[in-house]
Amino acid sequence: MPSRTQLRIDADFHLPQAAIGDLLPFLNEHWRSQVADRELPSMPFRLTSYPANSPLTRNPSYEGLDVSAALDKFDTGIAVASMLHGVVALHNPDMRSALLSAVNDYVAKTWLDAEPRLRGSILVSGEDPAASVAEIERLAGDKRFVQVLMLAMQEIHHGNRHYWPIYEACERHGLTMAIHAGGLYRIPPSVSGWPSFQFEDYVMQSMVFENILTALIGEGVFQKFPDLKVVFLESGFAWLPTTIWRNDKTWRGVRQEVPWLDRKPSEIMAGRVFMSLQPSDPPGPDELRQIIKHIGGTDMLLYSTDYPHRQFDGGNALPEGLPEDAIPGILAGNALKAYPRLADDPMASRAAETLEETA
Amino acid sequence: MTRHVVAEVAGFPDKGIRRVEVAGRELCLIRLGDEFFALMDVCPHGGAKLSGGRLSGMVESDGPGDYRPCRNSEMLKCPWHGWEYDVRTGQSWSDPKSTRTRAYAVEAVSGGDLVKGPYVADTVPVEVDGDYVVVEFPDKAARRVEAAEKA
Repeated sequence: MPSRTQLRIDADFHLPQAAIGDLLPFLNEHWRSQVADRELPSMPFRLTSYPANSPLTRNPSYEGLDVSAALDKFDTGIAVASMLHGVVALHNPDMRSALLSAVNDYVAKTWLDAEPRLRGSILVSGEDPAASVAEIERLAGDKRFVQVLMLAMQEIHHGNRHYWPIYEACERHGLTMAIHAGGLYRIPPSVSGWPSFQFEDYVMQSMVFENILTALIGEGVFQKFPDLKVVFLESGFAWLPTTIWRNDKTWRGVRQEVPWLDRKPSEIMAGRVFMSLQPSDPPGPDELRQIIKHIGGTDMLLYSTDYPHRQFDGGNALPEGLPEDAIPGILAGNALKAYPRLADDPMASRAAETLEETA
Repeated sequence: MTRHVVAEVAGFPDKGIRRVEVAGRELCLIRLGDEFFALMDVCPHGGAKLSGGRLSGMVESDGPGDYRPCRNSEMLKCPWHGWEYDVRTGQSWSDPKSTRTRAYAVEAVSGGDLVKGPYVADTVPVEVDGDYVVVEFPDKAARRVEAAEKA
């Protein structure tokens, strides 16, 4: 096992969702009055992938621990935190922008100011790239924000040129583009229509990421934005071998259609796409080893706890079966490549030094 | 080597592809303007008859949405999986390094920034002798001698 001095970067750490009432100080007079007049504080605005009573929702390892205590317990040096908030699903583009800005400001004031181990995500709506770019510009000066966050299921898939202004802004500011499982609940999680049960919805989340990865590659996002880094959060990764292979195999026969793909898709995505380790979706250590062999290593994997959700039992978020020599990279080294802003972060520099010492 | 007449120039259309048999072996014969090319009529990837494919060009690109067609009709697309072979060299442009089974000399051609694959379809020299298309190809007896010498 790695020594406890190895600095850990947690790529997927969830902050408790702010109630609408908590956001009032971050809204202007118009939106404060709209929120009150329309009784928005009575609405939960929850993204319901984790229903309150589902066993997945709360990891017993965190029982009674607040955010800082959870970071202590897992010896986390830096946690890339997100507050997934249902206001992202609002249809009114102006109200949505105002409330998203309020969420981001709330995160900065309430969490990033208080807990130095947290880094933030700028939550944006994929529906309105102009507003999202403006929000990125507004917050990019705060280097504690290391990524821009969108949901996996939106009206238009993530490879589409619709989003490119957002990607351009991310690239320009050294912000990683993170895509988290979940959706707006007005788009089916399946490309073939609505499922009936939460069970189906949950399983289908990883299939969405297969679509997203193929779209990002095929539409040329990695060619268009050569410095953009993309992180998939709660995507799973056991599906990668077949998806990568099908991309490579199909590309060989259709090169003329997508001539910007000047190399195998697997080569194009190398060093550009990263995935959170939890939920670790291979059935066991043998299968995990096989998958790592198929995908050519662990460079894509980022340590994550998915606090407070229950993706693993006990106090160790590292699944069994990871190669011993890959663990320093998974704990911190890969994250330094996935998040350009962490490379300039004083706490992350410590991680890099630790890595050099262990190498 | 034996010279074999494989076609009449007059009856062979421009951009035509024909399967011809020479000394018990099957060739895929292609005409581009005044030039003729021949490949062994078997795709080194999956074994399909290349003569069932169609000619296409190459497309270069500086990024998404940018298309620059070049080398019009100089690539033969295999009918099974769409792999492309350069009719001049037999070089595959479709499969990258991972399944490389042999090493091939890489030469500079137009589109040299693109990735060449490891598969090469065997090419056969072709010339036009008056009204006929001629290939230089060992006959069966010569091939037997060659095989025996190798053994």
